[in-house]
Amino acid sequence: MTSVSAEADTAALAMRASQPPVELVSGSNGGVERAFRAICLLAILLPLMLLVLLFGGALIEAIPRLSWDFLTSYPSRRAAAAGILPALVGSAGLMLLTAVMAIPVGLGAAIYLEEYAKPGKVTALIELNISNLAGVPSIIYGLLGLEVFVRVLNLGRSLIAGAATLALLLLPMVIMASREALRTVPRSLREACFALGADRWQTLRQVVLPMCMPGVLTGVILSLARAIGETAPLITIGALTYVAFLPDSIDSPFTALPIQIFNWVSRPQPEFHINAAAGIVVLLALMLMMNGAAIWLRTRLRRRIYW
Amino acid sequence: MTRSIAIAALTMSIGATSCGSKGSSLIKVDGSSTVFPITEAVAEEFKKKNGNVNVTVGISGTGGGFKKFCAGETDISDASRPIKPTEVEACQKGGIEYVELPVAYDGIAIVVHAKNDWATSITTEELKKLWEPEAQGKITKWNQLRPEWPDKEIHLFGAGVDSGTYDYFTEAIVHKEHSSRGDYTSSEDDNVLVQGIANDELALGFFGFAYYEENKAKLKLVPVDDGKADNGAGAIAASPETIRNSTYQPLSRPIFIYVSKKSLERPEVASFGKFYLEQATTLVPEVGYVPLQDKAYSLATARLEKKVTGSLFEGKGSQVNVSIEQVLEKASQ
Repeated sequence: MTSVSAEADTAALAMRASQPPVELVSGSNGGVERAFRAICLLAILLPLMLLVLLFGGALIEAIPRLSWDFLTSYPSRRAAAAGILPALVGSAGLMLLTAVMAIPVGLGAAIYLEEYAKPGKVTALIELNISNLAGVPSIIYGLLGLEVFVRVLNLGRSLIAGAATLALLLLPMVIMASREALRTVPRSLREACFALGADRWQTLRQVVLPMCMPGVLTGVILSLARAIGETAPLITIGALTYVAFLPDSIDSPFTALPIQIFNWVSRPQPEFHINAAAGIVVLLALMLMMNGAAIWLRTRLRRRIYW
Repeated sequence: MTRSIAIAALTMSIGATSCGSKGSSLIKVDGSSTVFPITEAVAEEFKKKNGNVNVTVGISGTGGGFKKFCAGETDISDASRPIKPTEVEACQKGGIEYVELPVAYDGIAIVVHAKNDWATSITTEELKKLWEPEAQGKITKWNQLRPEWPDKEIHLFGAGVDSGTYDYFTEAIVHKEHSSRGDYTSSEDDNVLVQGIANDELALGFFGFAYYEENKAKLKLVPVDDGKADNGAGAIAASPETIRNSTYQPLSRPIFIYVSKKSLERPEVASFGKFYLEQATTLVPEVGYVPLQDKAYSLATARLEKKVTGSLFEGKGSQVNVSIEQVLEKASQ
């Protein structure tokens, strides 16, 4: 910083200090400030309260059914004996396979767009499409999955077809989150790396990727947490409702938690509604655990980064 | 890098093991959500006796179920109405022959709010006047149906237009399948209708009988008079008995499973079909439906054993006023 600009800065500071902005904090504007703060506080409290209300309501209803048996039993016509094991395993398998497919492709696309692609019309078009795809309703992905994975690729109505469909659904979100993360790596670091004689691949591999990993993983886990609640695309590609065995391979028929919950909610017997509430609690707990894992991973990975 | 290779190897190994586990001991059932609870119950019991046979049940609706069935994707199709001409054609194209087995009765209850003290019965004529497409925006008050009923608005609730219940109700009441007024509160989820009617003193609605049975305290059942004396004179209230002996007409209907003839060659499918009909009398009431008379199950079992293909209803879709016992008996002669 040159002395000229330093002087200019000091002058500007002095001017700011001598002028009346102090009034902004006091007087009539203070009321506006307080009101705005109150509104903002309300905006954060309202959704939180709704969440607590919903989760609390489901939890209170679910308590009589929440037990180890509920997690480890197969569905049954007797509400009290019914459990969510196949749905739980199905959802877990789906998430695992989805992550295995979505992360490499999504991260690869993000690296290409951020690091390699030359800005131009084609790149702009791709970028526009990706952000548009993120807003496409999930049922459309279900229809696409039905045609491409179930029929053309002949994967059948299987776990892998479901996971591939969900991976497609997540890709735009994973790409966007990964790009955001890549952008947080300061340009100066890359330049320093190049200056030391590293090539592009070495820079990426040893500097950029380790640094953006916390951001990428957070993005991926958050989008997976969204995918675990998806029902429409799974029903479209033909996920089942009653499965009394565990998926033993990637082309096994399967069911998932939201489908099991929906089935119980629509039954006439109130005992099944309790099961549905218990299923909702399990699903929400899973989501919270995934979000928690995202936070844990982020802080853990960040600790390894030295500036 | 090594990690990604490990993942690839893992995926491949999962893929490789999957080929071996695909035995023939999987019975695939799909179709109506109405029939689902019965098939689920039968599958649960069947699994207890035949541990090595896995039964899967999906819910894609009667129509969606037939699509998969006629494409040869499933072994058995759950259906809340008889097969329709277009579906018969699709099955012919797919080369799928089927054995039609009635498995239970489902009643459609006409229900009002618990505090409604005027609607003690209703005729099918009045129901038609209320629900036909021409009634839209015109029949809006109770006293338009019967002068002695109050001069108050009538609020209608009914099954969603994608359900088999709606198809059957319109066929039975309006005499034209899939045609009714549109200005009513509809839901595919009968529990939503129960809540709606329970909270509205001026409500009238229709939905599956099982949903009334579970919510008796909040609702009042309206007996229906079809104006015919031969199946019980006067207004008849829906109950397991009146649905079973075909006096609650026209709002009780048989529901079915369709078994692919080709799949019947597999012994486990044949024994599942037989088991289904054997167990129906005890399992059907457990899940809230009304079983057929014992004679009907034995006639159906005979059909299954002889592999009699085709529909008893000539593939016309929903039909009203059918006693499945009579139809089966006629067919067996």
